[in-house]
Amino acid sequence: METFIHRIDQVGAQERVSRLFSRSIKKESKIDALHTVLSMIDLTTLEGKDSPGKVKQLCYKAAHLHDQFPNLPSVAAICVYPTMVPIAKKALENTGINVASVATAFPSGMTSLEYKLNEVRMVVADGADEVDMVISRGKFLRGEYTYVADEIASVKEACGKAHLKVILETGELVTLDNVRLASDIAMKAGADFIKTSTGKVSPAATPTVVLVMLEAIRDYYKKTGKKIGMKPAGGISKAKLAIQYFVMIKETLGQDWLHADLFRFGASSLANDVLMQIVKQSTGVYQSANYFSMD
Amino acid sequence: MGKKSKNTDVNPDWSYSPAPESTDHIQINKKNDLFIDGKFIPSKKGNYFETINPANEEKLADVAEADQSDVDKAVKAARTAYDKVWSKMDPAERGKYIYRIARLIQEHAREFSVIESMDGGKPIRESRDIDIPLVSAHFFYYAGWADKLEYAFPGKMAKPIGVAGQIIPWNFPLLMAAWKIAPALATGNTVILKPAETTPLTAMKLAEIIQEADLPPGVVNIINGAGKTGQALVEHPDIDKIAFTGSTAVGKLIMKSVAGKRKRYTLELGGKAANIIFEDAAIDQAVEGIVDGIFFNQGHVCCAGSRLFVQESVAETVISKLKDRMESLIVGDPLDKNTDIGAINSKMQLDKIKMYVDIGQKEGASIHQSSCRLPEKGYWHAPTIFTDVSQSHRIVQEEIFGPVLAIQTFRTVDEVITKANNTPYGLSGGVWTDKGAKIFQVSKAIRSGVLWANTFNKFDPTSPFGGYKESGMGREGGLEGLMPYVNLV
Repeated sequence: METFIHRIDQVGAQERVSRLFSRSIKKESKIDALHTVLSMIDLTTLEGKDSPGKVKQLCYKAAHLHDQFPNLPSVAAICVYPTMVPIAKKALENTGINVASVATAFPSGMTSLEYKLNEVRMVVADGADEVDMVISRGKFLRGEYTYVADEIASVKEACGKAHLKVILETGELVTLDNVRLASDIAMKAGADFIKTSTGKVSPAATPTVVLVMLEAIRDYYKKTGKKIGMKPAGGISKAKLAIQYFVMIKETLGQDWLHADLFRFGASSLANDVLMQIVKQSTGVYQSANYFSMD
Repeated sequence: MGKKSKNTDVNPDWSYSPAPESTDHIQINKKNDLFIDGKFIPSKKGNYFETINPANEEKLADVAEADQSDVDKAVKAARTAYDKVWSKMDPAERGKYIYRIARLIQEHAREFSVIESMDGGKPIRESRDIDIPLVSAHFFYYAGWADKLEYAFPGKMAKPIGVAGQIIPWNFPLLMAAWKIAPALATGNTVILKPAETTPLTAMKLAEIIQEADLPPGVVNIINGAGKTGQALVEHPDIDKIAFTGSTAVGKLIMKSVAGKRKRYTLELGGKAANIIFEDAAIDQAVEGIVDGIFFNQGHVCCAGSRLFVQESVAETVISKLKDRMESLIVGDPLDKNTDIGAINSKMQLDKIKMYVDIGQKEGASIHQSSCRLPEKGYWHAPTIFTDVSQSHRIVQEEIFGPVLAIQTFRTVDEVITKANNTPYGLSGGVWTDKGAKIFQVSKAIRSGVLWANTFNKFDPTSPFGGYKESGMGREGGLEGLMPYVNLV
């Protein structure tokens, strides 16, 4: 386990967030950021009522965000439940877009390790390029950090070549000290990405939590030279907030992390707001939401 | 990730486009006269001096220079206003005028912010979010006391003193004017204010507001000039109180001048604050506190945390994080909304900072500066830290008043308390730890007027501010800030 305990002062962390969020991003820098934001989105549908048809539509949207507008990037990945992986895999053939699947009894994680590993192996065998697992929050809150770390390591092993995103579900960890500790444990145990939330618990990604996780990534990089990715998820639906996160990444981790390889937004409605802003930057007027597809 | 998305639009070096605050909505008078007895009048000799924008060395305006006869005229106006109007006015009425000034400052907040940044070099983020909101807050706060003085001093009658001469510095021009004028007016005194010669413009704007508020003529008079004008004010026989904020050297001269006379005085002077980071502190937030402590307002802050003490076990981490953080500080155009560090206030101050940086290197300290590019015109200094320093170094002992930090390490609480107090100053300090008990242990032992715990450079009109030892005497702000302006009978 970590020998150095990283303490987080909530008031100070929040002050830093407001300072970062007050940066004024205009003109070129805004347009550049908006394009890059699109390329970082994990377009997500995680509902019990998801149908193959809905997933197919989402996959088409992922590759054709707004064909009326030239030179737009595609999103980074689509993120679905395990049963939808084969459908998504087929729909995204030759697009270069990854398939990410949640696994390990998402969103609660309340099952045995054996079941979790089987689920992971299944989605990887079905073609998932990325696996989004959840940590065992109950064990973490009981102080069983070794269990949490070992579980992540086992899932990582089951992932094989697939990349592993570890969801901390920060809304259930409650304190920033816990967020920091869980981030450190996950990175050490083999996470390729750390991710804030499932989107099923409120609060999901808060700016202060994201800052604390970015700082954990920075410290881990300084210590080991390994670049771990970050994925805030849940509640990020506005372009303005996404750009504010851009500022936070740039000033906390630097330019390298401003890329889909190391940063993702887990979001379902963010893409359309970004598209609306991109079109507005070009035409000078906002279009009606009806002009943007709702897949 | 495993496969690349087809994204080709990623900008390899994303940076912020310029975001300058507009100057269209402000008006700077090309010629600024003296504000005496409610009117703008030229000086007797007709001499003017220039005030420039330190970010580009361009002239902003001419400002009338007051000499002895102008000072006489201002004192006379203040005396008459005191005797005939202000000291006799119903305190609730006095309060109404001060409230009106506070509201007008809020209404003109943008204009004040922009002029403050142009004339003084501080980033618009600070003048807009910190200086000007605090200015109106001070007027609002003291307006509230005007008719409640019997509750401030139970069992006593608080009588005004008379005419106050107030001399303010260039680092927080309008805020210092507010600290001086608001409590004086609330308690029934009249004032003559002399702003610093490099930053007179927001005070002249304040004079316009005072006219607009219809304050009785002579209650507030504002005159400009350098040291000689200030000296004439300090030595004037018909002044009852001197309030000065500035250097310890000038503070000592003022004490000599008023010695043996009935003049009262408050002095808010220099500082060399210890900012102490314990190993159990929240390190990332402490690093922010270090940055805020020494780089806020280019380090032109009397309560700046210019001596950093870091506990040995975390020193390497803290210094490495501090160096990284310094790289993300944006130095440049004060009017750009993204600027963190603006221009040094004057050539004189820049020369002084450079002199100390030179001294530090000659003393054998290790220097590190952020790699930021400085604009070619104007007065600029990169954020700078020194390690390998000791209590015997001049850069540790003397106030630099610039973005220059001296870092030492320590092992025990006793050691750091001894070192923190080993200075002629005692204005402020900071302590960073997760342990509440340690905060009380250290803050009780450090002789400073203000001590911040797990934060730094926080100001509020309700909180008294002032120094121990050579950092001055008397308090400004809060209920204590009324005391220098009243006789209790």
